[in-house]
Amino acid sequence: MPEQQVKFFQTGSFAVGNRLLDPEQRSVQARMERSNSLTCGHRACQGCGEALGARFALDAAMRATDGNLIAANATGCLEVFSTPYPESSWQLPWIHSLFGNAPAVASGVAAALRAKGRTDVRVVGQAGDGGTVDIGFACLSGMFERGDDVLFICYDNEAYMNTGVQRSAATPPAARTANTKPLGDQPGNVFGQGKNVPLIALAHELPYVATATVAELRDLEAKVERAMDFHGPRYIHIFVPCPLGWGSASRDTVRIARLVKETGLFPVFEAEHGEVVGVSKIRRRVPVEEYLKLQRRYAHLFRPRRRDDVIARLQAIADRNVERFGLLTDPDQAAAMPGEATDLAGLEAGADEPPERAAEETNLMRLLSETHGSPR
Amino acid sequence: MEKPFAITLDVGSSRANKTGSWRTERAVYVDRLPPCNHACPAGENIQQWLYHAEEGGEGYERAWRQIMEDNPFPAIMGRVCYHPCETSCNRGQLDEAVGINSVERFVGDEGIERGWRVKVEPSSSGKRVLVVGAGPSGLSAAYFLARLGHAVTIRDAGPMAGGMMRFGIPKYRLPREVLDAEVGRILDLGVGLELNSEVTNVVEAIADGGFDAAFLAVGAQIGKRAYVPAGSAAHVLDAVSMLHDMEGDERPLLGRRVAVYGGGDTAMDAARTAKRLGADEAVIVYRRSRERMPAHEVEVTEAQEEGVLMRWLSTVKRAEEGRLVLERMELDETGFPRPTGELETLEADALVLALGQECDLSLVEQVADIEVEDGVVQVGPNMMTGHPGVFAGGDMVPAERSVTVAIGHGKRAARHVDAWLRGAAYEAPPKHEIASFDKLNTWYYADAPRTHRPRLEAVRRQTTFEEVVEGLDESNAQFEARRCMSCGSCFSCDNCYGVCPDNAVLKLGEPGEGYAIDYDYCKGCGLCVAECPCGAIEMVPERH
Repeated sequence: MPEQQVKFFQTGSFAVGNRLLDPEQRSVQARMERSNSLTCGHRACQGCGEALGARFALDAAMRATDGNLIAANATGCLEVFSTPYPESSWQLPWIHSLFGNAPAVASGVAAALRAKGRTDVRVVGQAGDGGTVDIGFACLSGMFERGDDVLFICYDNEAYMNTGVQRSAATPPAARTANTKPLGDQPGNVFGQGKNVPLIALAHELPYVATATVAELRDLEAKVERAMDFHGPRYIHIFVPCPLGWGSASRDTVRIARLVKETGLFPVFEAEHGEVVGVSKIRRRVPVEEYLKLQRRYAHLFRPRRRDDVIARLQAIADRNVERFGLLTDPDQAAAMPGEATDLAGLEAGADEPPERAAEETNLMRLLSETHGSPR
Repeated sequence: MEKPFAITLDVGSSRANKTGSWRTERAVYVDRLPPCNHACPAGENIQQWLYHAEEGGEGYERAWRQIMEDNPFPAIMGRVCYHPCETSCNRGQLDEAVGINSVERFVGDEGIERGWRVKVEPSSSGKRVLVVGAGPSGLSAAYFLARLGHAVTIRDAGPMAGGMMRFGIPKYRLPREVLDAEVGRILDLGVGLELNSEVTNVVEAIADGGFDAAFLAVGAQIGKRAYVPAGSAAHVLDAVSMLHDMEGDERPLLGRRVAVYGGGDTAMDAARTAKRLGADEAVIVYRRSRERMPAHEVEVTEAQEEGVLMRWLSTVKRAEEGRLVLERMELDETGFPRPTGELETLEADALVLALGQECDLSLVEQVADIEVEDGVVQVGPNMMTGHPGVFAGGDMVPAERSVTVAIGHGKRAARHVDAWLRGAAYEAPPKHEIASFDKLNTWYYADAPRTHRPRLEAVRRQTTFEEVVEGLDESNAQFEARRCMSCGSCFSCDNCYGVCPDNAVLKLGEPGEGYAIDYDYCKGCGLCVAECPCGAIEMVPERH
């Protein structure tokens, strides 16, 4: 994955910046001239993962397009906290219409630009999980199908937070929301099918589909930048913790995003034209419990009595992802960690080649090739 | 401008909304004390010089100059220091401690090779200070006093400067070229050195020489003699004299089988030296067990690798010609050894006693107000003895006895002497809170195992006095330096600037110029604190 390109041994490139790094190689967020697409004064809660994810993604897109970018936004927290009339936190052209039509609005903006011959200006559509997987889903599907030149970004905080934490089709099993059996001895969302939009997008064989978290900035920036190399519909799904809705500490937002990937609950991958071309490997695998216990929405799994049965089912989901996406570097990986290279040549900034993109055939690729014929 | 339908207000930026008012706690940048710095007996700012060394190239000279602020012997330190910094290094809890000592040696050797020098203004204060003893403590004091602008004269009873660094530490641990180079650099500052010049009464020496103050650092150079009944033909000598004689023209004659009695570093040095002098067998006899041995682990391991044998839980009952009679010991519940009455013999041509060292304090015997207790001179917190203007340090005052401790004493004493000469008192700046492991977010540190220095292979080192531990080269010295986690000290990783959801962290400039928190917008979420790798930000309750 791109975040591993530079090795410093002190902090690697896991940190946002590094003083020893050549300025050209620094992340967008490390730059003093970053666009701050979402500026100060917005009313997002303390430690908001969505505000963080939106700035990470849009700043990277702004850099990739030299600032020639228009954003269409669905209704939701991101819209409400950023634009209480008459103020705006957006430092790029930005349009909001309805909850369900952001992909369609973005498609329209792209069509208008095409009609005007403005090939230099690119379009981003963005929404939370509600606006993407539920309410905006028909418009999104149409946008995919028509091949509109839009990068659609979903900031997934796994419920309708703006209206008071109601369940969405992206709410994970066992998570408690305001309307998933808040009372009784079996609170929390049911174990069901859910709606995995990254895989649905993948099945559309879009030019580019990726998942990311706010804990892996370099990976996220590289994916947004990569998405801008393509035309046509593209989709990035970013995991953004919500301290208010999840009952987590505001300081733990990045930590939780880190843990969701390290447990395997949220596979981080990228795909081009329907083929998975890269998987972000787990660095230090941890049991799902480490992730769950930081969030009050899962508190009923630990109190008043421990629900080992439910935790085991969640662990099984993580294990399946690990297997399906090939998330481990080494199949025996339990304590083993990647990056144990003693290769001293790697000292020079940039000397390291990016580790091989996971080109080996994963179960997922097998699965996809069974579904869609053999990989091209 | 005419407004569209139903619009009555102009568009404004959300920057008008000062979200800082939501805050109950605020993030504040702090400097915490890295555990390595805290552990260094010489008070080196290790984190800071590693920070420079990480840059490589010209960074090495900045690293060297940073070390020289606290310790004039980087190349010696990189060889003989027992590096308590590494023992306390937080990285040891992650993978392995940073090889601080080996980087210091590399930087020190660069300093010698490239002829780096510190500059002083010669004798600007007009004050003259007498230093008694040209060992690590005396030389260190002389260096810092010279840098503070005082005229310094060192007197030493021996024929060469270096003290125990020359007459106690074997060549295979500290090559004499290195010692000479670093001592020479101090003398080049204009420090006077009078050799073969024993001070018999310090107060008279001060008066006769017209000195304004004195620093005593005569070391502990007399081997303790325990009573071991010995036949007239038995060959018994003490380790300190033996190691001292190694610097003379005639090497001590020990025979084929050598026993060394004692369990400290000097015992290890004596046994390893005996091996190099041609002994087939060198056996260390120690009355307690290995776990209770005072010698440093690395010394014991290296000695064993060289074939030095160990007889734990044994005391020497008597020495006879060609053999020793030993008594087996056992440890009682408190770990104290007690005799069992079981005797055994050990064939040995010579018995070397390494049972500790004492100081020759005759130079203060006639000074009534200098107090001596348990064989060491008592000093106050400012290193001054009971006699005004007479300071003391190193092995002759109560403290752990090591080269690095002695150097630290020299530095501290120099600061106090300087203050005293100006009629003032030196106050050390207050220490920051320690950057303990729990303050770090170690996720951000890439996995990187330690670079171990190669060692001379065993057979070769048993027979030569060549240096046992070889140095790092430039690339792996830099690798090792970059393993530093910079505990408690910002290293410009931009994490705080990146992870703030409110853009309330301002980046002030290029790396090193730091960050500021914009309290107009900081909501106090604590993300910057949680994601700071090195623990250089903390949350404090908001004042209302």
